[in-house]
Amino acid sequence: MPELAIHPDRGASAGLRFPAHAIDGLAGTSFKHQHLPSILADEEQDRGFFEVHAENYMGAGGPPHAALARIREDHPVSLHGVAMSIGGPRPLDKAHLGRFAALVERYEPLLVSEHLAWSTHGTAYYNDLLPLPYTEATLRRVSEHIDEVQEAIGRRILLENPSTYLLFKESTMSETAFIREIVRRTGCGLLLDVNNVFVSATNHGYSALDYLSNYPLGDVGEIHLAGHAEQQDDEGDLLLIDSHDGPVADAVWRLFDIVIGRCGPMPTLIEWDSAIPDWPVLKAEAKAAQSILDRHAASFGQEKMHALG
Amino acid sequence: MRSVSPSPPEPARGCRYAEGFTPGLLDPSCTTPAFVAGPNCKAADRRFNVYRNNVTVSLMNALADIFPATLRITGEAFFRAMARFHVRETPPTSPLLFEYGRDFPDFIERYEYAQSMPWLADVARIERAWLDAYHAADGGVLSPAELAAVPPDRLGYLVFEAHPATRILRSAFPAVTIFSVNRASGPVGRIETTAAESALVTRPALDVEVRRLAPGADRFLGGLVAGETMERAASAAGEVNADFDPAAAIRTMLEAGAFAAIRHGG
Ligand SMILES: [Fe+2]
Repeated sequence: MPELAIHPDRGASAGLRFPAHAIDGLAGTSFKHQHLPSILADEEQDRGFFEVHAENYMGAGGPPHAALARIREDHPVSLHGVAMSIGGPRPLDKAHLGRFAALVERYEPLLVSEHLAWSTHGTAYYNDLLPLPYTEATLRRVSEHIDEVQEAIGRRILLENPSTYLLFKESTMSETAFIREIVRRTGCGLLLDVNNVFVSATNHGYSALDYLSNYPLGDVGEIHLAGHAEQQDDEGDLLLIDSHDGPVADAVWRLFDIVIGRCGPMPTLIEWDSAIPDWPVLKAEAKAAQSILDRHAASFGQEKMHALG
Repeated sequence: MRSVSPSPPEPARGCRYAEGFTPGLLDPSCTTPAFVAGPNCKAADRRFNVYRNNVTVSLMNALADIFPATLRITGEAFFRAMARFHVRETPPTSPLLFEYGRDFPDFIERYEYAQSMPWLADVARIERAWLDAYHAADGGVLSPAELAAVPPDRLGYLVFEAHPATRILRSAFPAVTIFSVNRASGPVGRIETTAAESALVTRPALDVEVRRLAPGADRFLGGLVAGETMERAASAAGEVNADFDPAAAIRTMLEAGAFAAIRHGG
């Protein structure tokens, strides 16, 4: 990889180690190391942001840190945790929380997010975002976990809505009611994954628009868009899988347009985690999101002018 | 005044979902948990299977990513079958997937269908060490000039500090040769050697390097990593191999960036 170097003394100094970048209304992409040479060689001075999975940077050193430090110089970075197991019944893994906090400190990400899901139980790590029932008991537990994370990192996190394939008979409230109450109790913000809304709505037979009208859009700080795959459930009905392995579906683009129309331009990430395409393909997908954001930015700007005038 | 009834102690019931959910994730003989369903109480077998599949396949993929030469040697179908057994028997205990697979080489050694490839476990051990070196802490390496500055009569007393990435692996088989040709992208021809080989794995800057160590040199560098003086490590190496060449071994260790510094005696 070109232009990568180890800066062993960098972690030690206090204060801002990286330039401050704005992220408002920007589109971004998942950061994949194989794209780094193309990103660095890209003539077009792209202002997009990059999102990384926190766990991939929890090793002591080596190429992952060199790559992230390099990209962080020129671009805003979003730190996305996938393994905190916030939605699990057991206490959070303190060592993991410490590693997460150290990354926030080291890379000064503009956005920090985690999932409403769990992945660890007992001694085993299952490497998947597993679902939870929505009850008073889980509400209390998840709120405690979010308080603990926010305390450890000294800032607010954005909590991402899951894509799910099944429901729990014991659930006593809807996902949107659950998320609303979490926000009220913990003061966290939200990462709205529009593809997850579409996937879950299809899988559970409700309307994505109804979900969005019950969802606290005012607390959203970031949007995710991704591709999904199609399977069938036990009765041959369509079951969507949150596969992150292809372009964003048309229906998800339309929902995104509606969401941005309601809450204004938001940092928006194209998630693409397997069958990863060449950089120009991923970049084009981010540009498509950026053009929708820019179109709404113009009308939101006008509204502001009217309000002021 | 409203009367507030004292809240009952936390119902353990409300948090049993993980206990009920996890056994079936790795054990296909477990049925779908009774407490989940599709919408309108539809059956959820295929729905639960999505999670079983996500867990098992993503962990098999993680092993495939960590052990690409092992996969290339065995072929995709063989590797995936072997990985599936291992994932079910030994799921990760850390949320850091790059820590996974430490028990996989021992599993390969025991795996019934891999008995015809007795060197396969050692190739996997080199791959696991490669990933450890990749993620190891950054650090400077001992320069030839630092060593050259030591008066010849003091050389024997030197003790070294290993670089954080440095690993030495011994094999009774030509594991380094097999590893190297299968990690490279070119075609793999017939491997003629049957000699035992040891590996020196280092990462002096950002690229992981794997070298074959001559007999004796592995004992010598292993001794230095363990904190032996140069004299002691060299004499032990001479017992392993009468033709042990200390000058060549020192050249290799400097080239590879195996050590960070002279700890004392310099
Ligand atoms: Fe997402």
